[in-house]
Amino acid sequence: MENERTYTISVYTENNIGLLNRLSAIFLKRHINIESMTVSKSEIDDVHRFTFVVNISEAQARKIIGQIEKQIEVIRAFYHTDDEVIYQESALFKISTEHLYDEEIQDKLKFRRANIITITEHYFVIESSGSKSEIDKLYDRLKPYGLMQFVRSGRIAITRPKMAISELLQEFN
Amino acid sequence: METQTAVASKATTNKAVHISGAEAVIKCLLEEGVDLIYGYPGGAIMPIYDELYKYQDKLQHVLTRHEQGATHSAQGFARVTGKVGVAMATSGPGATNLITGIADAQIDSTPMVCITGQVWKHLLGSDAFQETDIVGISTPVTKWNYQITDASEIPEVMAKAFYIARSGRPGPVLIDITKNAQVETFDFEYKKCTSVRSYKAKPTVDVNQLKAAAKLINAAKKPMIVFGQGVILGEAEAEFKALIEKAGIPSAWTILGLSALPTEHPLNVGMVGMHGNYGPNKLTNECDVLIAIGMRFDDRVTGNLDSYAKQAKVIHFEIDPAEVDKNVKTDVAVLGDVKDTLADILPMIDANSHTDWHQEFKDYDKIEFDKVIKGDLYPSKDGLTMGEVLKEINNASKGDAVIVSDVGQHQMIACRYAKFNQSKSNVTSGGLGTMGFALPAAIGAKMGVPQREVVAIIGDGGYQMTIQELGTIFQTKVPVKIVVLNNEFLGMVRQWQQLFFDKRYASTELINPDFITIAKGYHIEAKKVTKREDLAAAVEEMMASKDAYFLEVAVEKEDNVFPMIPSGASVSDVRLS
Repeated sequence: MENERTYTISVYTENNIGLLNRLSAIFLKRHINIESMTVSKSEIDDVHRFTFVVNISEAQARKIIGQIEKQIEVIRAFYHTDDEVIYQESALFKISTEHLYDEEIQDKLKFRRANIITITEHYFVIESSGSKSEIDKLYDRLKPYGLMQFVRSGRIAITRPKMAISELLQEFN
Repeated sequence: METQTAVASKATTNKAVHISGAEAVIKCLLEEGVDLIYGYPGGAIMPIYDELYKYQDKLQHVLTRHEQGATHSAQGFARVTGKVGVAMATSGPGATNLITGIADAQIDSTPMVCITGQVWKHLLGSDAFQETDIVGISTPVTKWNYQITDASEIPEVMAKAFYIARSGRPGPVLIDITKNAQVETFDFEYKKCTSVRSYKAKPTVDVNQLKAAAKLINAAKKPMIVFGQGVILGEAEAEFKALIEKAGIPSAWTILGLSALPTEHPLNVGMVGMHGNYGPNKLTNECDVLIAIGMRFDDRVTGNLDSYAKQAKVIHFEIDPAEVDKNVKTDVAVLGDVKDTLADILPMIDANSHTDWHQEFKDYDKIEFDKVIKGDLYPSKDGLTMGEVLKEINNASKGDAVIVSDVGQHQMIACRYAKFNQSKSNVTSGGLGTMGFALPAAIGAKMGVPQREVVAIIGDGGYQMTIQELGTIFQTKVPVKIVVLNNEFLGMVRQWQQLFFDKRYASTELINPDFITIAKGYHIEAKKVTKREDLAAAVEEMMASKDAYFLEVAVEKEDNVFPMIPSGASVSDVRLS
């Protein structure tokens, strides 16, 4: 196997039911595990954007892009290395309120630029955004306090290179 | 659909009529020029069948005996006509039975539209009777699919379905229609689809790619062409012939490319791949420029990729960008419809004749003739060979018949030895290797080109996978000729067991029924041949018959197909025994 690395695959699509299934089937057929996936609207009206994170070789990435772009409702797909994208993940931590005034926790939150977004009698919720490893670090630091719940989003990424979708849409028509 | 802009419509607009969704489906089919469909009714598609009853003078529905047969018939029809084949089924098991044919059409790029009934919209997800998620199930094996839940979607979606199925690299499309959408009424208007925003059917031709390809071709000393079904799908046979004749390049075919170039054309050097001809396989690893035209470097064609044409510069003429560099790294990719790119490159090509190089193919042909072909076509042993049956069919057809083959030894023999004068004449399941394909595909082929002779060549294994379609033949009186080459084995698997599994014949021997009695049970004329002296007359009698005819030939039980590239070996390691 050629060198595997992390690729962010960005896919601009029409907004149709079933497209997620069609795209995930492309990874499934090639036995590739999807590390994370996010779907949202994009900068263009009516155009949606899928962001997949996968660990594959560049040759695989190129072929995957070919197969993705072949799908009727896909406008364009791109793959980028971590150097070529500015990316974030978001995480939420739910912790018992008894730890709220713990100084150590306060220090840890400052260190990670994490925010407390809700405080109730029984629990409080911390939000933090960053790279996977940054969130992993915060997770390790907060775990001793007993995480009542933890959830992390898929990667969202903006690319450094241009992705000229509006121009492409003109070309299609 | 949420994006109404997805379909840009430029063609005719008809005046609206207020009709049911079911009737709209029929009208859409008629608008698309469909006059023949294959299918099987059931609960969730009954409203559409009710409309079919009313429109039966305009739209013929052929009742197959199994939904899989409907897809293969639609495929056979599409392969010989170049038109979109249509198959219809009900929800649940009706729909799931279509899947094998859809997968076959996907991998062999066959234009097909499948219409399935679905439970009422309000029952979706309730595990209703005969509910199945056919859109989910068919997603990986369709070019496109869509579930209609509202009658008003029907015209736009149907127009899009036909456009997608037939344009670019063709493929199967499945449209699932909930029962409420069939019975609801709405104002029907039909506009043909001519483009889809996110879909580019054909890549734009880049003149620089053409120039780079022409430069390599003109400088080549030992150029070789491997052509595939792209030439047939693009209806580029004339452009292809003009190119090879001007450049004088020996041209070999994949099994799906077979018949794009007449068998007797002097530059036709035979088949590449696992059971292809000796010369083109050997010389793949000696040519200096390999020109792939409308083919996809399937593993059955290339053998081991690490030792495939490594010495050659590779040019790939291809409509599907995803095929470029997928299996074989190309030096020059010429993207586009081969009908355009082959015509465009012709003026850039120098006239040439690579006589000495061509002679190398002929030299290998002599070796193959002595070691393989002679024994196949002119056997000295008692038992009948599959090859001599093909020889007799060639004698009777003069190369004008459509040959439909199933999957296995007989398929390789049919593709190796059948002679063709015209294109769209070889119908076989190439990529998926679907046993049971041939009998229903032959029905569709004969209905597609009724003026031509259609001969199905099938093994005794595959025949029994869709043998029930004899009922369709009997009911429709479609005069197909059926030849079963009976070796009482699943012959190709047995061959592998002999060569690679020390003759452990695990579950490959078949104890067969009396095929003649079965054919006669369907009132199909039938004959069995066991002796060489009876073969020619029996084939002639079959070919002369005005009606459907079944011919069983008892062939040698343990013959093998050679040449053969063992799985994982290099094309140049092709074996003759």
